[in-house]
Amino acid sequence: MTAPSQRVTAQVQTLRARALRRSGIQEISRRFLKDLPGMIGLLLIVLAVLAALFAPQLAPYGWNAQDITNRFAAPSLRHPLGTDELGRDILSRLLYGARYSLVIGIAAVLGSFLGGTFVGILAGFYRALDSVILRCVDIMMAFPGILLAIAIVAAIGPGLFNVILAIGINEIPGFIRLARALTLSVRDRDFVLAARVVGAPDRVILVRHILVNVLPSMLVFASLRTSTAILVGATLSFLGLGVQPPRPEWGTMVSTARQYLAIAPLTFVFPTLAILLVVIAFNLVGDALRDALDPTLRT
Amino acid sequence: MAAYILRRLLVLPIVLLGVSFLVFLVIHLVPGNPAQVIAGPDAPPETVRAIEHELGLDRPLYYQYATYLARVLHGDLGRSLRTKRPVISDIADALPKTVELAVAASLLTPIFALPLGILAAARRGSLLDRGLMLVSMLGITAPVFSIALALMWLFGYTVHLLPISGYGGPLWTVAGLRSIALPAVTLAIGSVASVARLTRSAMLEVLNQDYIRVARAKGLAESRVLLRHGLRNALLPVVTVLGLQVAYLLSGAVVTETVFAWPGVGRLIIYAIQGRDFPLVQGIVLVVATLFVLVNLAIDVLYAFIDPRIHYG
Repeated sequence: MTAPSQRVTAQVQTLRARALRRSGIQEISRRFLKDLPGMIGLLLIVLAVLAALFAPQLAPYGWNAQDITNRFAAPSLRHPLGTDELGRDILSRLLYGARYSLVIGIAAVLGSFLGGTFVGILAGFYRALDSVILRCVDIMMAFPGILLAIAIVAAIGPGLFNVILAIGINEIPGFIRLARALTLSVRDRDFVLAARVVGAPDRVILVRHILVNVLPSMLVFASLRTSTAILVGATLSFLGLGVQPPRPEWGTMVSTARQYLAIAPLTFVFPTLAILLVVIAFNLVGDALRDALDPTLRT
Repeated sequence: MAAYILRRLLVLPIVLLGVSFLVFLVIHLVPGNPAQVIAGPDAPPETVRAIEHELGLDRPLYYQYATYLARVLHGDLGRSLRTKRPVISDIADALPKTVELAVAASLLTPIFALPLGILAAARRGSLLDRGLMLVSMLGITAPVFSIALALMWLFGYTVHLLPISGYGGPLWTVAGLRSIALPAVTLAIGSVASVARLTRSAMLEVLNQDYIRVARAKGLAESRVLLRHGLRNALLPVVTVLGLQVAYLLSGAVVTETVFAWPGVGRLIIYAIQGRDFPLVQGIVLVVATLFVLVNLAIDVLYAFIDPRIHYG
């Protein structure tokens, strides 16, 4: 073959590959946007984010504005969701509370996503690191559920930042394991072999080939773990180990509502509904992402 | 398969060692100087240093860990700062209660989850199926404390049917059964929801297989088809998940025991944390994590027996 026709063939192949890839992402986005539960979840998340961002503008009262003469008021026009044990407006507190739940969920998962993906890919790619990292992950996963998070918070004390740190650390082993497993399955594929043969340096292979293929599933996992992180944050706060009263974290609100359950069950119902909605929202989005990436997995 | 079990057993001490080291490390994150706390704020520095030396706090970290490990291996987990009793006795009192609760919830789970899952699979797409899936979604996503409080309100305050706190007695007494009812159901709801979903999807996958079609073509009654041919094969992933439920039960127990004042290790650790009773916290975390590792190992070995097709490379 002469040089010019070689160049043309190469160009045609690149264009074809690029077209396939673009249509792949378009295809995935289309499937995602068509998934009704996913769209509902996305809407709920957007609403929650708006509530968190614009709470000062949206909330009719301050989150700590007490009115003892008006304790446990039933829902009314003045207080759409009623008032709590100190006469504070529940709706306002829920709106401000969205900040805590979202920050905890997103920050904790972001940290463990970044750290876990990085370490996991390295573990899957470099056999020397693998056994050490895997052993560390096994040790961390020896702590069931939220026990590790509880232990960390027990040691370093309650508070928003500590909760984020504890949950982040609790979640890291899961991300490491997944990234590692995905890397292992991608590492022996032809295109990675081809890149090696051509002499591509490790860091190029890691980013251009491994990371690109590992990322979608990691994002699905991250979305699902965000709902878990929000739940764990609420649970830690409920147990008194997280965000402390009078701050309006939803779990903290349920914890205070517990004492007045017999006389004012609504103070328990509304924060619970808020938690449920946000957690389900992230679950729906995660499920929709997963189905969009691989429709064959649907049942 | 014997090789697999042997390998797991060899790794076991390493994992347990790592667990004990992690527990030791985490507790050392506690800010402040314990010797200072014991001596009091007005004590002269010499007294603080003397206490430090007595507690071994002036030694390097690895030395402290080694002494800690040596004590643990002799069964000495320290003394509770509050009750002054050995930590291991406090845990020995509380652990059986938690195990009782976890076992009760584990027994309830397949009783409810399997029939519901099979039903949903058999009536796929129907109103019943969709309804069950919706309710199970709530069961999975609802926080355990909310489920606990909702049940407490329903059966404790509204309909005064069941006790809402405390330990009524061993399981074979009526009072014991009544007192364990609410906490066990609370714990079970989450795992019933997820096991039901899993059973449904496993059954759906199995029901599409050819051997089911043959069974139906042979003219077998539908119940026979579902149970004898369908369920048996669908059970495998379900058994896996039932093993994973142990983690969920152990951590869910913390909240459940706190809400229902159930005297298990879950409630104990919360009390210990609130009372800054670090020896007790450390002891409980160590014991629970060790137990979890051993239970997981047992389940993995069992799993290898159940499905001989699984090859552990």
